[in-house]
Amino acid sequence: MTQFRKGLWRGALAAAAVAGFVTSAAAQMELKIMAPAAPGGGWDQTARSMQQALTQAGIAKSAQVTNVPGAGGSIGIAQLVNNSKGDGNQLMVMGYVMVGALLTNKSPITLDQTTPIARLTTEYEAIVVPADSPIKNAKDLAAAIKADPAKVTWAGGSAGGVDHIAAALFAKAAGADPTKINYIPFSGGGEALAAILGGKVTAGISGYGEFESQVKAGKLRLIGLTSAKKTANVDVPSIKEQGIDLEIANWRAVVAPPGISADQKKALTDTMDKMAKSKEWQEILKAKGWEDAYISGDAFTKILADEQARTKEVLTAVGLVKS
Amino acid sequence: MEAFASLADGLVVAIQPANLLFALIGVLLGTAVGVLPGIGPALTVALLLPITFKLDPAGSIIMFAGIYYGGMYGGSTTAILINTPGESASMATALEGNLMAKAGRGGPALATAAIGSFVAGTIATLGLTLLAPYLVDIAVSFGPEDYFALMVVAFVTVSATFGDSPVRGLTSLFIGLMLGLVGIDLLSGQSRLSFGVPELYDNIEVTTLAVGLFAVGEALYVASRRHIQEEKLEAVRGSLWMTKEDWKRSWKPWLRGTMFGFPIGALPAGGAEIPTFLSYATERRLTKYPEDFGKGAIEGVAGPEAANNASAAGTLVPLLTLGLPTSATAAMMLAGFQQYGLNPGPLLFAEQPNLVWGLIASLFIANAMLLVLNLPLVGLWVRLLMIPQPWLYAGILVFATMGTIAANPSPVELIMLTVFGVLGFLMRRFDFPIAPVVVGLILGPIAESQLRRALSISLGDPMTLLQSPISATLLAIALIALILPFFLKGLGRFKAVED
Repeated sequence: MTQFRKGLWRGALAAAAVAGFVTSAAAQMELKIMAPAAPGGGWDQTARSMQQALTQAGIAKSAQVTNVPGAGGSIGIAQLVNNSKGDGNQLMVMGYVMVGALLTNKSPITLDQTTPIARLTTEYEAIVVPADSPIKNAKDLAAAIKADPAKVTWAGGSAGGVDHIAAALFAKAAGADPTKINYIPFSGGGEALAAILGGKVTAGISGYGEFESQVKAGKLRLIGLTSAKKTANVDVPSIKEQGIDLEIANWRAVVAPPGISADQKKALTDTMDKMAKSKEWQEILKAKGWEDAYISGDAFTKILADEQARTKEVLTAVGLVKS
Repeated sequence: MEAFASLADGLVVAIQPANLLFALIGVLLGTAVGVLPGIGPALTVALLLPITFKLDPAGSIIMFAGIYYGGMYGGSTTAILINTPGESASMATALEGNLMAKAGRGGPALATAAIGSFVAGTIATLGLTLLAPYLVDIAVSFGPEDYFALMVVAFVTVSATFGDSPVRGLTSLFIGLMLGLVGIDLLSGQSRLSFGVPELYDNIEVTTLAVGLFAVGEALYVASRRHIQEEKLEAVRGSLWMTKEDWKRSWKPWLRGTMFGFPIGALPAGGAEIPTFLSYATERRLTKYPEDFGKGAIEGVAGPEAANNASAAGTLVPLLTLGLPTSATAAMMLAGFQQYGLNPGPLLFAEQPNLVWGLIASLFIANAMLLVLNLPLVGLWVRLLMIPQPWLYAGILVFATMGTIAANPSPVELIMLTVFGVLGFLMRRFDFPIAPVVVGLILGPIAESQLRRALSISLGDPMTLLQSPISATLLAIALIALILPFFLKGLGRFKAVED
């Protein structure tokens, strides 16, 4: 009798546990978020902000952030694909920069091997010139590049990164040969900004956040953002509105490991959907000045594929990727 | 003086009990992470950012500044006592500092480092108060060609101090330059000498090389010589404190170190390593006791330590006035400002005077706190050397491995640490100086990319190096530094004959 009771009791417990697990699988996930970069950078800040929003809003039971730095994310993605296969609680933050880095590093692992979940944020690129530059708008800059692309020096982030790609696309849209652009990579925003402020280069290109306070103080002139239409935070029409066909954004997103089930993918997507709508996440976006660009599911998968194709084309054109 | 009135207002902010507490937490934390090789102030600030999100902006930024200064102090303690520089900026300190410690003069070495840091930090913070707006214009006008010329000066002056044999010194330097080529080339985006190993794409970490060569190499060397003769370490020989003689020999290097550290730290691509090497080279050349160098000369500790701390204050010049982060820690502090919706830059002084001057005032306070914290600890720290040698060196190995793994959790990093350890052992065994390797790794890539940037901007015209007045002046200084020793040698011989 006692034996039977014990067995019954156990069975009931197990059933309750299973039921509880099924109903709360999405609500109470124990997530692991990998930032494939050292603490402090954009991807790391995104991962930690996700952690903050997910736990404070009670969307996930816990969210643990790990850092796997190296080679523009190439080391992080290798770890995700090789070591976390089929793990439905693992996410990795990534962004447009990783698309280019994987191509230039000739990484054996590609983004096609991951499971795309959602795009989270975006930041438009800004082109600036020193305040005393004769170049007043995008048309002037395009004319200068068309005349002699080598004489227009660009300061921006690392070679093959989003800044470099945007500069090449600008030259192409201006009708100049993108392989001839004189792009000078700097490590970190500070050094590039110093070179632009000091008038050492013709133009600077980077995320608008890097230049904002200098533009407001009148030390740099904003030529335009790479958005489709003028955004509310600037006074200058977008580069596209000025007649140069250039549209590019530096987005950040999350992907999951390969080999997860459809249910696991849905649970992760639902969790991200909830997070993106939460008050906590929206507050973080506002505080950090990140633009909400939330897209999940198949729409994001398509964006990812399109961006890979376009980036490969540009990087091959400027000679960073040998086809 | 407007600046002093503002500073007084700032002091009122900084001495609020809560802010004093934040400064204290900051310096304690900073000292702790500075001691561990690999874990620096940048990483600490990064990890604290999400926690401080809800705190008062002034308090948490004051804490970050405390961490920054504390880290600079902590790094020197391990450099002096166990030859394990916690940061690359305290490498120059390890050279003479550890020799002093081994000669039983660890107390004075730690004291001159602490007091020198205090003096330099205070003068440099004063410089930050008064000169920031002027200095920043000069800093921004520094172009790639000027940085390249500065690197030439550093190479020339530092290579003169590469020990007794120039051939051995240059061999070491070239090993460093070669290691500096490993990884993705910043300008072309192509990888060099990385043999398809993704971990090598990000260049060789300076702390991994320094800790491998200095700490692991030394541990192996000591172990290899144990059966021949056991080196007896005496923790304290003579006074634990600085003697009158020590003071006399320290105060000038402190001031000269500050003169190197502050302006170079204020340059957007200046950093903390170059001024410490320049200071070491200068002290070695100017000293009245050249025979002490290589045996533990107090000047060789006082100068670089002062330069190291002064550069930390210098870094805040472009950060606060332009929003330019010029070191990893400064970049994290910028992120700290931004999480409160504050944008450092030309408008920050006008929009948030309380915050900026509160921060500057708390730097003075953090400096004083560090001195008070560190001086009484000197007696305790030097006891570390009384630990029996096998235990001490085993401890150092654990410590070095832990720090490396914590900073970069990858087996490849550990393999590199081991390889550099063996390299350090062999170099010691065959009498090659090890410091030039690290100098080459730090300066080589900077010199290369700045030269290529300069040439890229000038469309390949090398005359750009002479057309910039700053660059031309620096190159002239390098030329003089190269020729002067030969000239002085001749003069010295002449004098000797005259005597």
